[in-house]
Amino acid sequence: MDPRGVGATHPDYMRAESGVRSWLLTKDHKRIALMFYGAVITFLMLGGIFALILRTELLTPETTIIDPMTYNQMFTLHGVTMVWLFLIPSIPAVFGNFVLPLMLGAKDLAFPRINLASFYVYVASAIIILTAMVLGGADTGWTFYVPYSSTSPTAVTWMGIGIFVNGVSSIMTALNFVVTTHTLRAQGLRWHRLPLFVWAIYGTSIIILFATPVLGLSLLLVAADHGLGLGIFDPRYGGDPVLFQHLFWFYSHPAVYIMILPSFAVISEVVCTFSQRPPASYRAIAYSSLGIAFIGFFTWGHHMFVAGMSEWDAGVFGGLSMFVAIFSAIKVFTWVATLRGGSIAFSTPMLYFLWFLFLFVFGGMTGVAVATQSLDVHWHDGYFVVAHFHFIMVGGALTAFLAAAHYWFPKMFGKLYDERVGLLTSVAVFIGFVFTFLPQFLLGNAGMPRRYYSYPPHFQWLNVLSTGGAWLLGAGLILALINLVVALKWGRRAGPNPWGSRSFEWITSSPPSKHNFDVTPIIERTPYDYHLSEEDARARSRAS
Amino acid sequence: MNELLRRILFLPPQASTVAAEIDGLHYFVIIVTMLGAVAVTLVGGYFLIRYRRRFGRIVGTHRKPPSPIPFWTEVMVVVGLFGIFITWWVIGFRQYMRLRVAPEGALEIYVTGKQWMWKFAYPEGANSISTLYVPAGRPVKLILASRDVIHSFFVPDFRVKQDAVPGRLTTMWFEAKEPGRHDIYCTEYCGVSHSTMRGEVVVLSPADYERWLRGAAPEQQLAGQVAERPAIVGRYSPAEPISMVRQGEIAASQLGCLRCHSLDGSQHLGPTWAGMYGSTVPLAQGGTVFVDEAYITESIMDPMAKLHAGFQPIMPSYFGSMRPAESAAIVELIKSLRDVRPPPGGGLPGGIVITPNGTIEQVPEVKP
Ligand code: HEM
Ligand SMILES: [Cu+2]
Repeated sequence: MDPRGVGATHPDYMRAESGVRSWLLTKDHKRIALMFYGAVITFLMLGGIFALILRTELLTPETTIIDPMTYNQMFTLHGVTMVWLFLIPSIPAVFGNFVLPLMLGAKDLAFPRINLASFYVYVASAIIILTAMVLGGADTGWTFYVPYSSTSPTAVTWMGIGIFVNGVSSIMTALNFVVTTHTLRAQGLRWHRLPLFVWAIYGTSIIILFATPVLGLSLLLVAADHGLGLGIFDPRYGGDPVLFQHLFWFYSHPAVYIMILPSFAVISEVVCTFSQRPPASYRAIAYSSLGIAFIGFFTWGHHMFVAGMSEWDAGVFGGLSMFVAIFSAIKVFTWVATLRGGSIAFSTPMLYFLWFLFLFVFGGMTGVAVATQSLDVHWHDGYFVVAHFHFIMVGGALTAFLAAAHYWFPKMFGKLYDERVGLLTSVAVFIGFVFTFLPQFLLGNAGMPRRYYSYPPHFQWLNVLSTGGAWLLGAGLILALINLVVALKWGRRAGPNPWGSRSFEWITSSPPSKHNFDVTPIIERTPYDYHLSEEDARARSRAS
Repeated sequence: MNELLRRILFLPPQASTVAAEIDGLHYFVIIVTMLGAVAVTLVGGYFLIRYRRRFGRIVGTHRKPPSPIPFWTEVMVVVGLFGIFITWWVIGFRQYMRLRVAPEGALEIYVTGKQWMWKFAYPEGANSISTLYVPAGRPVKLILASRDVIHSFFVPDFRVKQDAVPGRLTTMWFEAKEPGRHDIYCTEYCGVSHSTMRGEVVVLSPADYERWLRGAAPEQQLAGQVAERPAIVGRYSPAEPISMVRQGEIAASQLGCLRCHSLDGSQHLGPTWAGMYGSTVPLAQGGTVFVDEAYITESIMDPMAKLHAGFQPIMPSYFGSMRPAESAAIVELIKSLRDVRPPPGGGLPGGIVITPNGTIEQVPEVKP
């Protein structure tokens, strides 16, 4: 047995071929993952720069650095960039792409060409969105509510087309994941032996397949209303603006789970690996992903309690919303229970897990709070909601993204990052985060509406706190990035399995060779068999 | 206790009859949320440290699989959580019904949202812009419509909010507890000046409300009327007579003119008033017009008739909603600004335009 891991007899995937062409035309899922990695980080930074400009503008009640129109376009771009160019593709397209086939013992995804195409479609959507931005942007917010969006003088049509194209890309990726999971599992890898990561990515993909087409079509219809005066949603031509909200949230409520389920995927792996334990309940974690995927389709109405829906509709949507939180709670308790009695390495990904716990639980419970109708009447479209979804999406998804970035760093690049700097930046990110968004809950209580360029002076000091927090958060993120980039060049060599994980992606060498494994593995254990020694575990997961 | 929690949570005063009850649920929900999140994190953090791997200890081989979580524990956790959430839902839904269904016999006022102001029409025939006058101690039902895009009518002190959707009528109601004033915000993004689409609710004692209504009745529109506004609107009923110019300033800010026009030459959505009187301005329809009392009055009553070139046709007509005394005072105000020179860097009189692709441009002043 080769202690360097299965596959080490071949050059790793980064060196297997060279030249720009070998990257741009590659069909290797790992290289495509890296290209996505570069792209999503770029957009994270772009969206982050927008965020800092917005927050800086909000330092003072009136004009600080930009004029109202620029502000409005910028919050739209911030939302669109963060949601469609960063959050939705981030974990699935980068880490899913990289490790999912490894976890299944597969050589690649089921459709390598579609995988490459999905990257270019993504790039195309980014280009269209950025072009729209140069053409004057859009000032509708990422929600594109009609009739504002169908009358706004800005480039809404282009923005809509960009997001439509983006949806095509995520559908391609999702389809690939679903088919791969069904067809390319290694021999012996039954469904109940799948890593939890695979379950959650599978759930995400299912949501994408069902929900994204609805969004794509709604946005095309908005574009048609805007460009042709079709009158689907625009009341001037007899359309119904609230219909748009129903369609939009029919996609976008599940979409918020598209953004968070992959984080669950990462967290489950991180928790098991660093505590050297199987999950306290494999089934609970695996099935709750599917539960969320399913119930997430029946709660969209809670975004419209004050839009003029009937009281009974509101009652039903409010009640159904209460179920979603249960599934998330099951996961949270299971992760914590997994730690008990473990042998825990207090590492950067684990610290991110701890932050994730607080931010996700608080963000999720405030979600239940805003689904409580009478309270939502006060909070709706105010800063409380802004704080709620940033807690989940930035606090939950971004911390999980960072955990993944550190956890799989040795797998992807064969190097180790500096643990002390990692822990330090993680603390900075957390403190910055809390200072940014905790005051926003209070602003929301006090009554400050969202998408506000200027505000009455009595809201100021909470805004100043929030802006200060945002800069700290930005600095923390930049430091984390620098730490990883430095490790890329100067980090110590990692060895195939530096964390002592039993999960299947670690049985090959780190970084893996071009075709992942020398021989197709045969799996005769679960990915969490920590009662086996590393040798035994490896012996039970390779062809002899 | 209520007051303490209200302050800790930064909630505004409880000025309507439902506010205190809703805040009660608010405290319960927020405290449970905070405790839940902190408890989970503390337990997680404790485990991280308690079961921390000692340096150098070899990993693996001897670890037992964890004993599975007892089935009953799982059930208890789920049932317990569900119990809490359903309690929130039951209370929240009942309160929501109460918020939504106006009591019989409520006073009905029509509200129209328009970029970027609120207009109010009272059944007795009076009108007001941006300031909603209501009597204390009586349920008021608002019937909302929108002239352009979706707006949302929000009074934080009352804990009520409702979207105004074009093509539909929506309703909301509240009962203010006592006289006072409260902010109105628009909470649905509605374009460039969304954040200035503010207003106020002025709650009057029932007697003052009656007087205000009478004051606004058409047959009594006399120049002296302005000073007869009810005492609560203080600024309108000075102890001593105030100048027309000052009255014009007050009227202009109350009626929302200053939301688009500036007095000091700085750029805004409408032409600045500084140096406007006596100048000649270019018209969108071509040609020019000399700015005198007649043009100013026409622009107030029928803004689209002669549109200043380079500005969007966004100004509403004040015909029927502004009293003669007010328009006269505003004309006086504008006249008084004839020689105001813009502050350094404030730009010349002239204006900004939003071009079709969304950029903001300064239109150069055409000198006569
Ligand atoms: C799983 C993680 C979650 C994510 C990623 C998430 C994300 C979001 C986002 C992005 C919004 C704002 C949308 C907008 O208007 O721009 C939002 C609003 C909302 N969320 Fe969540 N959420 C999550 C969990 C929950 C839960 C568990 C509930 C309740 C059971 C919930 C209830 C709500 C409600 C009611 C609103 C609308 C509030 C309003 O606009 O008045 N959310 N969420
Ligand atoms: Cu608005």
